Amino acid sequence: MMPVGNSLVSGVSGPTVTAIGMAEAQMYEVVEVGELGLIGEVVRLLGDRATIQVYEDTTMLKPGAPVRRTGAPLSVWLGPGLLGGIYDGIQRPLPGLLAHSDAWIRPGEKIDPLDLRKKWNFTPLLRAGDTLSAGQMLGEVAETGLVKHLVMAPPGLTGVIRSVVAQGAYTLEDSLAVVTTAAGPRELRMLQKWPVRVARPIRERLRITEPLLTGQRIIDALFPLGKGGTAVIPGGFGTGKTITQHQLAKWSDAEIILFIGCGERGNEMTEVLRDFPELQDPRSGRPLMERTILIANTSNMPVAAREVSIYTGINLAEYYRDMGKSVAVLADSTSRWAEALRELAARLEEMPAEEGFPASLPTRLAQFYERAGAVTTLGGARGSISIVGAVSPPGGDFAEPVTQHTRRFTRCFWALDTELANARHYPSIHWLHSYSEYVEDVSAWWEQKAPGYRALRNETLALLQREERLQQIIKLVGPDVLPDSQRLIVFIADLLKDGFLTQNAFDEKDMFCSPERQVALLRLILTLYRRGKELIEAGTPLAKLRSLTSVPRLLRAKSTFSDAQMDGLAQLERELAKELDELAHAQAHGPGSQA
Amino acid sequence: MKRLDFTVEDHGLQYTGASRIEGPLVFIERVQDVGYDEVVEILDPAGHLRLGRVLEISQTHAVVQVLEGTSGLATRSLRARFLGESFRLPVSQNMLGRIFDGLGRPADGGAAPLSSDLRDVNGLPINPVARRYPREFIQTGISAIDGMNALVRGQKLPIFSGNGLPHDRLAAQIIRQARLVNETAGFVIVFAAMGIKHDVAEFHIRNLRESGALAHAVMFLSLADAPSVERLLTPRVALTMAEHLAFACGQHVLVLMTDMTNYCESLREVGSARGEIPGRKGYPGYLYSDLASLYERAGRIEGAAGSITQTAILTMPADDISHPVPDLTGYITEGQIVLDRELFQRGIYPPIAGLPSLSRLMKDGVGAGYTRADHPALASQLFACYAYVKRVRGLADVIGEEDLSPLDKRYLQFGEALEQRLLRQGEHENRPIALTLDIGWEVLSLLPRDELHRVSDALAQQHYHGAELLA
Ligand SMILES: Nc1ncnc2c1ncn2[C@@H]1O[C@H](COP(=O)(O)OP(=O)(O)O)[C@@H](O)[C@H]1O
Ligand SMILES: [Mg+2]
Repeated sequence: MMPVGNSLVSGVSGPTVTAIGMAEAQMYEVVEVGELGLIGEVVRLLGDRATIQVYEDTTMLKPGAPVRRTGAPLSVWLGPGLLGGIYDGIQRPLPGLLAHSDAWIRPGEKIDPLDLRKKWNFTPLLRAGDTLSAGQMLGEVAETGLVKHLVMAPPGLTGVIRSVVAQGAYTLEDSLAVVTTAAGPRELRMLQKWPVRVARPIRERLRITEPLLTGQRIIDALFPLGKGGTAVIPGGFGTGKTITQHQLAKWSDAEIILFIGCGERGNEMTEVLRDFPELQDPRSGRPLMERTILIANTSNMPVAAREVSIYTGINLAEYYRDMGKSVAVLADSTSRWAEALRELAARLEEMPAEEGFPASLPTRLAQFYERAGAVTTLGGARGSISIVGAVSPPGGDFAEPVTQHTRRFTRCFWALDTELANARHYPSIHWLHSYSEYVEDVSAWWEQKAPGYRALRNETLALLQREERLQQIIKLVGPDVLPDSQRLIVFIADLLKDGFLTQNAFDEKDMFCSPERQVALLRLILTLYRRGKELIEAGTPLAKLRSLTSVPRLLRAKSTFSDAQMDGLAQLERELAKELDELAHAQAHGPGSQA
Repeated sequence: MKRLDFTVEDHGLQYTGASRIEGPLVFIERVQDVGYDEVVEILDPAGHLRLGRVLEISQTHAVVQVLEGTSGLATRSLRARFLGESFRLPVSQNMLGRIFDGLGRPADGGAAPLSSDLRDVNGLPINPVARRYPREFIQTGISAIDGMNALVRGQKLPIFSGNGLPHDRLAAQIIRQARLVNETAGFVIVFAAMGIKHDVAEFHIRNLRESGALAHAVMFLSLADAPSVERLLTPRVALTMAEHLAFACGQHVLVLMTDMTNYCESLREVGSARGEIPGRKGYPGYLYSDLASLYERAGRIEGAAGSITQTAILTMPADDISHPVPDLTGYITEGQIVLDRELFQRGIYPPIAGLPSLSRLMKDGVGAGYTRADHPALASQLFACYAYVKRVRGLADVIGEEDLSPLDKRYLQFGEALEQRLLRQGEHENRPIALTLDIGWEVLSLLPRDELHRVSDALAQQHYHGAELLA
């Protein structure tokens, strides 16, 4: 720690503090402010004056209070023990804060992000004499039952291993190896620190080819996200942003989940903490918490820490990506982050641009989303970060700056619709306002898994589009003027909505839907459409199709047959075919068929 | 520790004169040893003390927000004293049954409460890890709430209303009737009034008195004629009291805050006096965070016996739900009960709008083991069908009711029954949840079984009796 000079607080306005005697300070250096040692970061320097963004409540902080410089930028701690953890925006572990004091978070509390006494079982994978380059792994630690943690040479370090410890239990600070580098010998430990505002380097970016499977039908089948891609979920309050994010955190097939609760509700984090240890990863059967890290800077926590929480989260994500893992970052809500930027900029008296947001908003958003990607890591592995950001537009109006700019920098748009949400059509992702630019990228994968996927998807979207146009007519003149061939489209669209697009996040059987079942459900409905169309052309009235006994069963099929009950769906498909055959037969031969 | 009282004691640093007075703000030069958010006493020319707090402090001056208004203050003669601490409220259980002003001073002629327990009214953020997820169903006896937007203990569920709509009557009914199904005792009530009229406050006091709840209530009243900046502290004072009752004394507290729109207007006033860059409709950009610092003070805490359940009333200017006050509130609270002018005009009480109302915590507080196994599916189906009713009504307006299909006509009947049988009820009618659910099924049974996609066969067999009705 730097000696206490005569750096002193000169002014306080909420989270923005000015200090004098700061001529030596660096931009983004961490300082401890006042008697309580509140954590802050230097955000502006002018002569010997500094402006400090303080991450804790500044009540009763006075001019003249001491400011202590640390000489280091705000950094995250990286190492085993992050998984299963929950941190505030500046990586203070919330369970640690609870154990240290009580249910309330008090200013000035300091707890290490990771437990320095805990021993981890380290297995070296290299020997003395081996060369070690930046990002390459030295050894591994079983961090949780689900995740193998690689201990890597940090970016910038390359050399020859002079010595390495034997397999055994070590703390985060124990020296594991000594590496001879051009700059002399360097020790390697499990614990590494990384400046929170700096992106971790990669070797190269790769094309996205694989979908991030989420188990959510409308996403996977219609508007897929690629592993390494970006998506945005805009929606007014109560439209389902958080539930969708929770669904992705639970069911998507990323190896690591980073959930950033940024300026949202405390109870929603509590809910994750309650549910995730109980829920099993559908692929490995392990508790979901073993692959999850939570950052919780809720709406009532200091706004400056909300700004940094996004960077804390993405840095942890990059660290696991560098191990060659697929990581999904879920940020709820990026609007609250943008508002934190706005609030801090206003306090610094920056010139506002649109709606009071700083002119740098688009750049900041672009930089954040650019940290997604499928990459070759420094160590040569393939890793990816997918980012899904929720956006909370004021008044639910997508024309506002955060939605508009985010749209520019992301390639998947899941537009939540208030009217659908009001009708309890969940997820309320609107099929006409949403899009994905990853469809081409992941088509090959899907075709291999489920031949015919492309055709099914296109046909579904086309039907939904035609239905929308027909609804305009119905609104004006009622459905009766439409011929049966068009009313069939309306009928099938209803089936698609109720039997496929809606998916109840709390239905045991339906909360997760495998790609196979997604395609099977879609095929059922579209079979009814294709054959129904032929029958109607041949003169069968729509009423006959509507009254097939398979129809109500088809509508409830998604919550009747789980992924493990695909044979039930196959059975239903056969019965539907049989009923349709009978109709066709009656049409061709029956005397009453022209009724 | 010093207490806030109004006898002139000899403590704190005193200053004479202000360099500037603007709106609710006073600028005092060359202050020393003053902290951010510190409490200030200002002596006005009439010899009364007014409370204020420090909004901004630098080496040269302090910006003080005078909670009791600046009218009559003069730059030359103004005297200010900084009290060396932030705003604290003495809290004790003895405050139950009492009425205080918006800053926590007795307003019922009684003595100031004695307590050595002083709490900073700003509170502290609850550590999310310390929270217990709320899930105990509260029966309000109001079908539209219990059946379709159920409230649970520890939830924050506001009422979005409009001028002239019966939000006060509804809140009063909730206060009278709300309790857990198997418990007889109701809630302890903490009431925060911000800028409401005297007769509205009277109405609530009468309601509490007549229902015997006054002895278990604490009221903080900053009425329409009180200085508007005072309102900024009133909900904080009330929530500080509520936290004490809930988390130190183990009581289940229901906090009613009304009217949040007035609160937000006061915040806007201060913001514009400070020359801040305004956000939407002139409200400050930090309105969301500020509201969150109030609403997030609801909930349950692991290991604490009590709880804080919050209902805030806000009147939507021009009934506009996208106005910043309801909009930002809806983004923070765990749902909203929306009152609908059209239902009200049709004489339906309570006029709770079917579709825009939502309880986000309902999913964890109803169903088997909480209310009844059929509850979630029933509610979800009622919503879905009611949404379709709205479409059919739109169509009927265009082509006429006679030309609707038989099925659509049946939907119209269903919609009418839902509003008249389920929504509508007496102001003093307290329906047990089982009755609410039974009425729900009765209404749903007006529709053919095939329309009810969200109801499983097993549930239909048990509760749906449409077959007989249709026969
Ligand atoms: N997929 C879903 N299945 C069931 N209910 C849902 C689903 N999505 C949203 N909901 C309902 O909508 C409510 C609001 O969703 P939430 O995600 O909290 O909204 P937002 O974050 O957009 O404000 C939830 O409490 C839940 O009742
Ligand atoms: Mg949300």
